[in-house]
Amino acid sequence: MTQLDVLEAQSVYILRQAYRSFKDLVMLWSIGKDSTVLLWLARKAFFGHVPIPLMHIDTGNKIPSMIEYRDRFALEWNLHMIVGQNTKALESKQTFPDGNLDRIACCKKLKSEPLKHTLSGDWPRQVMNHKTGKYELDENPQAFTGVIVGARADEEGSRSKERYFSPRDHHSEWDIAEQPPELWNQFNTDFAPGTHIRIHPLLDWTELNIWQYIQRENIPIIDLYFDNGNGKRYRSLGCAPCTGTVDSTAKNVQEIIDELAGGKFADIAERSGRQQDAEDGGGLETLRRDGYM
Amino acid sequence: MNNTTEFENLSIEQSQEFSDRQKMNIVIIGHVDHGKSTLVGRLLADTNSLPQGKLEEVKARCAQNARPFEYAFLLDALKDEQAQGITIDSARCFFKSDKREYILIDAPGHIEFLKNMISGAARAEAAVLLIDAYEGVQENSRRHGYLLSMLGIKQIVVAVNKMDLVDHSQDVFNAVCAEYTDFLSQINVKAERFIPVSARDGDFIATPSKIMSWYDGPTILQSLDEFKKEPAPVDQPLRLPIQDIYKFTEEDDDRRIIAGNIETGTLNVGDEVVFYPSGKRSKVSTIEVFNAPSTNSAFAGQSTGFTMEKQIYIQPGEIVSRADEPAPKISTQLKTSLFWLGKEPLIFNKRYILKLATARVPVWLKSINTVLDASDLSTENNRSHIERHDVTECVLETVKPIAFDLSADIAQTGRFVLIDNYQIAGGGVILEAEENSNDLITAHVIQREKSWQRSRITPLKRAERCGQKSTLVVISGPAGTGKISVAQKLEEKLFEAGRHVYYLGLDNSLLGIDSDIDNENLRDEYIRRLGEISHLFTDAGMIMIATVSELEEYELSILKRLNHPGQSLVVGIDSETLTDSKLDLHLDSGSNTEQSATAIAKLLTERNYLPEYYL
Repeated sequence: MTQLDVLEAQSVYILRQAYRSFKDLVMLWSIGKDSTVLLWLARKAFFGHVPIPLMHIDTGNKIPSMIEYRDRFALEWNLHMIVGQNTKALESKQTFPDGNLDRIACCKKLKSEPLKHTLSGDWPRQVMNHKTGKYELDENPQAFTGVIVGARADEEGSRSKERYFSPRDHHSEWDIAEQPPELWNQFNTDFAPGTHIRIHPLLDWTELNIWQYIQRENIPIIDLYFDNGNGKRYRSLGCAPCTGTVDSTAKNVQEIIDELAGGKFADIAERSGRQQDAEDGGGLETLRRDGYM
Repeated sequence: MNNTTEFENLSIEQSQEFSDRQKMNIVIIGHVDHGKSTLVGRLLADTNSLPQGKLEEVKARCAQNARPFEYAFLLDALKDEQAQGITIDSARCFFKSDKREYILIDAPGHIEFLKNMISGAARAEAAVLLIDAYEGVQENSRRHGYLLSMLGIKQIVVAVNKMDLVDHSQDVFNAVCAEYTDFLSQINVKAERFIPVSARDGDFIATPSKIMSWYDGPTILQSLDEFKKEPAPVDQPLRLPIQDIYKFTEEDDDRRIIAGNIETGTLNVGDEVVFYPSGKRSKVSTIEVFNAPSTNSAFAGQSTGFTMEKQIYIQPGEIVSRADEPAPKISTQLKTSLFWLGKEPLIFNKRYILKLATARVPVWLKSINTVLDASDLSTENNRSHIERHDVTECVLETVKPIAFDLSADIAQTGRFVLIDNYQIAGGGVILEAEENSNDLITAHVIQREKSWQRSRITPLKRAERCGQKSTLVVISGPAGTGKISVAQKLEEKLFEAGRHVYYLGLDNSLLGIDSDIDNENLRDEYIRRLGEISHLFTDAGMIMIATVSELEEYELSILKRLNHPGQSLVVGIDSETLTDSKLDLHLDSGSNTEQSATAIAKLLTERNYLPEYYL
């Protein structure tokens, strides 16, 4: 088996284990390359189907073509698509840079908070109606207790310490020192009332593995990752105010792989374009302890 | 399905040249402060594996906080770790040599974080164990070495670190090697080699050292590349633990797919397969894939799925094996070697959950043979419980039979974890299947019979007075087959015929005597209590009727044994879980309630449980 075969088999195993163990399970889809690979792996695991609802937290700052891309594949792949948003914060401009919030506070307002409340179902959320292709208010928002996330251990320090199945308390907080052990392919699939579980099927993948797999499987990926003629592209997708483009002329997956494998990005961290990391002392720990993915 | 269309666009050749390189997981272990994170940090720095600017950034931060720079700071990413200068949780570091890619797992050495060290080590294929040359072999040097062997990691390199603190002395190095080799030989482990290093100075990490010219072996980096990648165990007997069974009918997909990861062996279209512990058989019809070329075989390491020629009722947790290969063992009693990590000790008379491959069963600690302190190999023989960090040889008893292998035969299906208070609290390997000893239920019934306060009214007298032999009638079958109506009808008929009969409705016990059972243990504990209630009713001379949905064979066996010496009559309505040989009467849901109840009453008469039966 090649390295990608091994990674794929392990991720599929984790996804199936999550699906078997948790009734109220949801998968986060940020439209970026990692969670799109995750979604593809779900289609692998369930033989073409995606029996797990997908959730997207729309910060209102996402680039418009991301929403078009999301809805196109939601329809094509028959996805149970749920969208949440902190509409109050957006309306009252409690944001960065036009509000008076710093980057980290903005992340909490537009990502961590709506994520928590959309998961629990106590804020209104939208679901896609496949007959009309439009979003409607979710009339019976269930609380999700298992959340599948596309985090990779090579992204930054605190993610390198994650488990595949990681319990979080009812405030979504992560007690790092008290993580239960995880042995062989046995995960913590039991949880005490009031807690929930984060599941990380992509922990062992690197950024390069992600692109190699996109190439091997021919996974449709949003074109923001490619240079569309101005010598710039996104390497990591986030909100417009905090995510910079990189100088690159990579126009397709192969050229991105070349850049990562031995070219100009071989030794430059992927999230170096994400400004909130720098504000957190070089890591995402503050945000992640508090529920950031 | 759209499987093939998406695959056609793909150039396999093109992608393979990039993804053919292998990835290996290596764990770095050893006593606290012996330099694990420093070694990994140094390795990353000396091989230019750090992201641009990372080294400078950490150096600058150290200067800012007026503390000397250490390579460990590159790894200890958490704020608490940096503040305390120790590693708390295992970190994955990605790193490439010319030969292959690595995930280096930097494990903590502090005893308090042993669970984190084990989590890291359990993912590894090989280990580098560090010993501080100045401090020598310490408690966790030994404990970690012992645990590696339990976790099944056979390739070990020992790095004798901080050689700079002992003047790079070959004598000190040799003494450490001798002491630790002696320890390892006691637990039947052999290190591939010992390497003198100074992680701080980079000696023999990625490059040789001029100072220690007396050592001419490989560096740490070279010895990583010397570790062998174990081939996938395709030649062993097939073990495919079922993760789940899928049928996505609502999406117009009629395939019923048995899904799971092949732990060992090979599965082919046309193979006759046996499911354990149920022992049911079928034949492989297709192997299913998505966005990949169709195939007739699947191999160890693959997460696969297959369909069957004959549809049979099987459950997740069973192990698929091939009829032409050795079968796994089946038992309820396992002699194991296990390590305990739980905050609460492992004790008798408490129910835990055992997870082995994809099976999950309630389990009790049955007996403790020995308890071992892995840090000095001292043993105790008279312990009543297992403390955190103890290693023990003990016997576990599962509530129902499970399929497994001995760890020495097939490691993947010979190991397990225990769940306590919702979390993995221990892990172990199976040494033997214990046979020929009484299980806990039988031992309980024997004890109960011995101490039972017998009434002066003998069972015979009661039978004569009531005109019946006391009996438990249990009706089983899937939901929606009318079990309850049949039970109620039967109760009514027998009552009208003058019998002493009681139908115990499910909710009547669930909301009353069973209301304290937590969800996790609901079914097994419900069955146990139903057995004890039946025993009281039959002891009182009554005929008791109960319904249970899809009673499993082992559950029936528990019910019958607990009801002993009372008699039992087992009725199945469309039962998929009980074979005919386990049933006294097989009914189908098509017949009407009146006919079904009459058939049961007739059988009671035929068996002389009722002296005569007339309507």
